[in-house]
Amino acid sequence: MKLLTHNMLTSHVKGVTKGYPLLIKATEVKVNEVEFNPQFVSRMIPKLEWSALVQAADQVGQCQDLPAELVPDYEKNEEFLKIVHRILLEVEVIEGCLQCPESGREFPISRGIPNMLLNEDEA
Amino acid sequence: MESSEKNNVKCIGMSKEDKKVLRKQIKSSHTLLKHEGIITASQATKSLVVANGGLGNGVSREDLSAALKEMGEVETLVMPPHKPYAFATYSLEECAQKAHIHLNGKKLQSGENSVTLYLSYVNSVPCEEEVSLSLPEGLVLLEDFVSPEEEALLLSAIEWSSTNDEVTVQKAMKHRRVKHYGFEFRYDNNNVDKDKPLPGGLPVECLPVLERCVKDGHIVTMPDQLTVNQYESGQGIPPHVDTHSAFEDTILSLSLGARAVMEFRHPGGRLVPVLLPERSLLVMKGESRYLWTHGITPRKFDMVPASAPQSCAHKSPGLGTNGSLTLRKRGTRTSFTFRKIRHEPCGCAFPSACDSQGALSAPLPSPPSPPSLPCCHADAARLEEEYVHQVYDAIASHFSSTRHSPWPRVGHFLSSLPCGSVLADVGCGNGKYLGVNPDLIAVGCDRSSALVQICAERGFQGFVSDALSVPLRTASCDACISIAVIHHFSTQERRLAAVRELVRLLKPGGRALIYVWAFEQEYNKKKSKYLKDHSKNHSPILGTPEDDYKPADKVQDVGKVSDGKLGMHTNRTTFNTQDLLVPWHLKEARRNREREMDESRKKDKKEKLKKTSGNSCSTTSVSGTTPLDCNAEPCLGCDSNMSDPRDATQGTDDVTQRSSTTGTSESESSPAPIFHRYYHVFQHGELEQLCTQVEGVKVQSSYHDQGNWCVILEKE
Repeated sequence: MKLLTHNMLTSHVKGVTKGYPLLIKATEVKVNEVEFNPQFVSRMIPKLEWSALVQAADQVGQCQDLPAELVPDYEKNEEFLKIVHRILLEVEVIEGCLQCPESGREFPISRGIPNMLLNEDEA
Repeated sequence: MESSEKNNVKCIGMSKEDKKVLRKQIKSSHTLLKHEGIITASQATKSLVVANGGLGNGVSREDLSAALKEMGEVETLVMPPHKPYAFATYSLEECAQKAHIHLNGKKLQSGENSVTLYLSYVNSVPCEEEVSLSLPEGLVLLEDFVSPEEEALLLSAIEWSSTNDEVTVQKAMKHRRVKHYGFEFRYDNNNVDKDKPLPGGLPVECLPVLERCVKDGHIVTMPDQLTVNQYESGQGIPPHVDTHSAFEDTILSLSLGARAVMEFRHPGGRLVPVLLPERSLLVMKGESRYLWTHGITPRKFDMVPASAPQSCAHKSPGLGTNGSLTLRKRGTRTSFTFRKIRHEPCGCAFPSACDSQGALSAPLPSPPSPPSLPCCHADAARLEEEYVHQVYDAIASHFSSTRHSPWPRVGHFLSSLPCGSVLADVGCGNGKYLGVNPDLIAVGCDRSSALVQICAERGFQGFVSDALSVPLRTASCDACISIAVIHHFSTQERRLAAVRELVRLLKPGGRALIYVWAFEQEYNKKKSKYLKDHSKNHSPILGTPEDDYKPADKVQDVGKVSDGKLGMHTNRTTFNTQDLLVPWHLKEARRNREREMDESRKKDKKEKLKKTSGNSCSTTSVSGTTPLDCNAEPCLGCDSNMSDPRDATQGTDDVTQRSSTTGTSESESSPAPIFHRYYHVFQHGELEQLCTQVEGVKVQSSYHDQGNWCVILEKE
């Protein structure tokens, strides 16, 4: 699971109103090199929940130089885009789980795949 | 006799007889125009239509040709199958005129039939259709398999007069004489008493022939049952499939004494007449044995190719290959049908025709009965769990291997999205659509963890979830696709909930593309690719549906829901019902791999359980009890059996191949597993109607694409 995907995921347990963002409890994190495409990254940024990304990066120990606030004119800031690129697309949680911030329900991540299925009584 | 003006000139001074002929001739040209679209010419031409001189009237090519040739050199003689007329073209117009004068109103004797010919000029003669009908899968015809001496020996081995002896059982059927050896075939239950062999065994005269069959590989084991049928001219046997549970895959049928045309019919409607010459051996295996019915229409004449029937049949025994047909009087044909008694239930790939697998035709107690349509939410969830989720997990890698190419129109939708759009593929399967447009931010989910695993291996982002509850933020997606997913939900409420969930994910202005399998596999007179192979417009050369037996009811109607039970679909045929089970034939070669993968997955799961404490509920839900489903066919295409032009072909080709080429050995040793997936196939307008029930969205467009109903929705 890349952090880009994490940024879109939310808890969907029945009755939960504040299921976002999911907490990441990672036991294995990998960083894979991915070709850098500054345009693609700058197109992604407006789709993101920035604060959720910062929190996620922190939880997987990859926060490094990621600013807490989105910088202005980021389209032209290649250095910034590279940092975002790395966090969004290169960092991957392989093993661990995602936790619903409200209910505490955990969703396992195995071989890089979050399993978000609910039980009958949770849906 | 007077003149060529007869046609349109009222001649005074005609005899009463002549007037009658003229009247009849005019009437016949009207009939030809009205019913056959044949326009007769008022002026003399080289070509004539010969009313009543057709194969359909029992006139043989030879007799008509002889009469026509007396008037001059005949260039071509076209005798359309089953039609009561023929077309003759003379090399000279004078000869045509001569024929018109001398043959009009004349009687022609052909065999036992006597007809009165009426001739009219035509400007053009329809071409004889070159139709190539290939034989049903698994059917082989071997000509001259036995010598005339063997033929005589075998025929003399059957003593028809010794009635009711203990050794064999002889019966006079309505349409033929029958005698059984080895085991009696009982027509009351269409089966054999497997523990009551007849004492005499098979006649020894058959043994050399059978040994040759085994040696040449036509059959694996020696047959132990023989049915001898004797058909007089005019007799036949209704279309039937030999009971699956009674006999093994391969059936051998030796034709002796005279030829006959046997008609093979696919439940999808395809008809293939096959000429069985005397002394030929017919080998029925796989699909031709299990799914196609075969029968002989009771008639005194068969239509057969006019020229060198033997050699031409040798090259391509289907009768459609040779344009020129004629009639052949049937003689007395005796068939020897050799079969091997089956001792285990049949595990063939054609459950709709298989009494061992619950087809309604079964006179025997049928095994597990199909589930019923759900009547409550919990039932629906259970049905989908067993007939959708578990199946996809079990067939994941085979399934995935049959889906590679994106459907073109889904591809177009994806390519039309602006760069940087967020796309959710809900029910993404093996991820076929996730990489179509690399400028998208694409994420997929599927109910089947095995399929999502395949996505991940291909480098796509995916997670396991149900289509009724997708864990993505509301209004986070610019586009969603749901390809071949919603037809796996077994109630209207659940199908509606799936659309609603899709719409929830969209941003205002965002668009969703939905594909579901269509009940109508034929639309605007075009058959879907799904039906393709088996129902190409083969115009049946011999026999049209009306003038022959209809296929046996049992074969046709098995798809119907009875007692609220789900119908069983036969792959590649039209649908009889909207809620049904569609078989998936797992490929043998992949079975072990699946099993291994499965085990390693289970192991993984256990280890994970140990590692991450406290997630017990989610783990259980992976393998089993969650109500929702989505998995289905993900991405693209679903079912092989479905509709994707390319993928479908692929999937079913696999299936067909398997069943026809390896059917025998496999089903005899260890039948390949068959899984059944639940489908609700949508009727015209049903998908749109479903979508309009969801608020805040409008149907932007809808269309039919290769046997699927499709809509594009836009969120307001």
